[in-house]
Amino acid sequence: MREITYRQALNEALAEELTRDPNVFLMGEEVAEYNGAYKVSQGLLERFGPKRIIDTPISENGFAGMGVGAAMVGLRPIIEFMTFSFSLVAFDQVVNNAPNMLTMSGGQFNIPITFRGPNGPAHQLGATHSHATECLYANVPGLKICTPATPRDAKGLLKTAIRDDNPVLVLEAELLYSSKGMVEPEDFELLIPLGKAELKREGSDVTIISYAQSVPMATAAAEMLENNEEISAEVLDLRSIKPLDLEAILQSVSKTHRVVIIEQDRPFCGVGAEICYRIQKEIFDSLDAPIMRVAQEDVPMPYNERLERAVLPSVEKLVTAVKKVCYT
Amino acid sequence: MQQPEQRDEVEMLSLMLLIRRFEERASQQYQAQKIGGFCHLYIGQEAVVVGVVSAARPDDYLITAYRDHAHALARGTSANACMAELFGKATGCSRGLGGSMHYFDKERHMYGGHAIVGAHVPLAVGMAFASKYRGEDRVTLCFFGDGAINQGAFHEALNLAALYKLPIVFICENNLFAMGTSVERSTSLKEIVDRAEGYDIPGTVVDGMNFREVRDKMAEIIGSIRRDPHPAFAEIRTYRYRGHSMSDPASYRTKEQLEKFRLDDPITRLRAQLTREGKLTNEQFDIMDKGAKETALASVKFAEESPDPPLEELYDYTYVSEARA
Repeated sequence: MREITYRQALNEALAEELTRDPNVFLMGEEVAEYNGAYKVSQGLLERFGPKRIIDTPISENGFAGMGVGAAMVGLRPIIEFMTFSFSLVAFDQVVNNAPNMLTMSGGQFNIPITFRGPNGPAHQLGATHSHATECLYANVPGLKICTPATPRDAKGLLKTAIRDDNPVLVLEAELLYSSKGMVEPEDFELLIPLGKAELKREGSDVTIISYAQSVPMATAAAEMLENNEEISAEVLDLRSIKPLDLEAILQSVSKTHRVVIIEQDRPFCGVGAEICYRIQKEIFDSLDAPIMRVAQEDVPMPYNERLERAVLPSVEKLVTAVKKVCYT
Repeated sequence: MQQPEQRDEVEMLSLMLLIRRFEERASQQYQAQKIGGFCHLYIGQEAVVVGVVSAARPDDYLITAYRDHAHALARGTSANACMAELFGKATGCSRGLGGSMHYFDKERHMYGGHAIVGAHVPLAVGMAFASKYRGEDRVTLCFFGDGAINQGAFHEALNLAALYKLPIVFICENNLFAMGTSVERSTSLKEIVDRAEGYDIPGTVVDGMNFREVRDKMAEIIGSIRRDPHPAFAEIRTYRYRGHSMSDPASYRTKEQLEKFRLDDPITRLRAQLTREGKLTNEQFDIMDKGAKETALASVKFAEESPDPPLEELYDYTYVSEARA
């Protein structure tokens, strides 16, 4: 194991999969000569050449659609969105074409495509650039969605996504690109399955369900709760939104009987709403308190820093919610 | 003995007849409520797809919009599989899961059947990209209607194809109406073909009611792309005799306009050309037409007798499993 950044981990995953399979190529805005808007594709053009690392014009609908078409005839495209906020310009391709093709063609055409890029609010980017798109895409059958929160997961999930024969969205966390973590050596075949949550921290009083940028908040809150409130919080990192690891959720909640979900998306029809429904449906009797959610406020993202902070989930909001479900 | 070219033309006429008789049966079955959803007929436009297909190789990629029955039939998908798809049956070309607007036939390089106007044009560019990526000399044949040319996806796709010099021919089947909106009410340019110029793509206007002109002009375009990969644009002017879909009485156009095109019918014209040249007798034509009618009628029987897709398979096509791939 060695310590690398989330950004390096993604870069390694891309390089390894490009090396492994000549049908894999990377396409998007500024991925080649500029080395990636967030430097995830640093050095790939030099290594793999312009045939496989392809700069596009600002045409998300066009190049996302190209990816779907190339996948129909046997290539395995990786389409980078500079941010998933821009994927909304290609919404029709991601929602209507990629995931519907298998059904519409009666099973003749699966679409082995990876859409990847940063997702979720970052810092003072305003309303158009701060979308957390997971709840939009989770509503679409035929898509798989993962949300790595650590360098190790970033590498392992991206590699798995590229090898998956279905359309997979790898929603990277913009705020975590420079974060560091331990990852196996480069030659190690690190594949992390989609649909498997990870227990980040064991606890007995409450389960905190988190994913993506909310994972570090969850672990920080758990530390504080332990030290200041004598509350033992278990932290679960979903890692994938779809498929959802319901088993891991139910197992933890059956033990703690209390739940707070911290999510980076909006509250109305957000990911947490679905998880609440599943928990109460399966193990209603095992709950000792209503489930709480910490999500964004239901407003377009304001630019002002203080207001933005008020909209976003935070460690403080999470601690308050946990204390509430623990009746302390 | 017939020359191969002559034989081909008779065969192509026979294919045009099959398309027309199939569409007539589809219309009848739709009215009898055997077919659900939307149903867009190709009657009047037959020379377009048949002309293009006769100029292309069977392994050239073909993709189109929702008026797609003829494109599958032209590629050799059986009338049975096409009719069964309209009936939503498991024997349909998309297992009854696609319907009229989503015909697919992978084996015959027919890549859909796409119902969001303009949205498949980028897909076609991706297919052409794959040909170039693999160093193949395939050409992608991307059909769409005049209604698609004002969609953003269309413009993005043309720019990308030109930028990457991809082997694709954009085939605009200009039947003068996007649903009920005429070209002059939808498009700032007088000539659709001029759209291509804005992307530095060579454009050609083709008379879509004339099979020979479609075939010859397309053969030239496809040949030049195969020699040196690049995009091209063909505006093929044609006319649909029926409304936009089965529920459209087409009151937005005049009887005179319809009659003018009917007099220029592509089947009648090719038949006359072949008869005049002594390559086809009236008896031969009648036998071919009878055959086409019988094939279309038999496809209805086949569709009626085919089973629905099993309910147990409802979840089988959302994700492909490891085992299937």
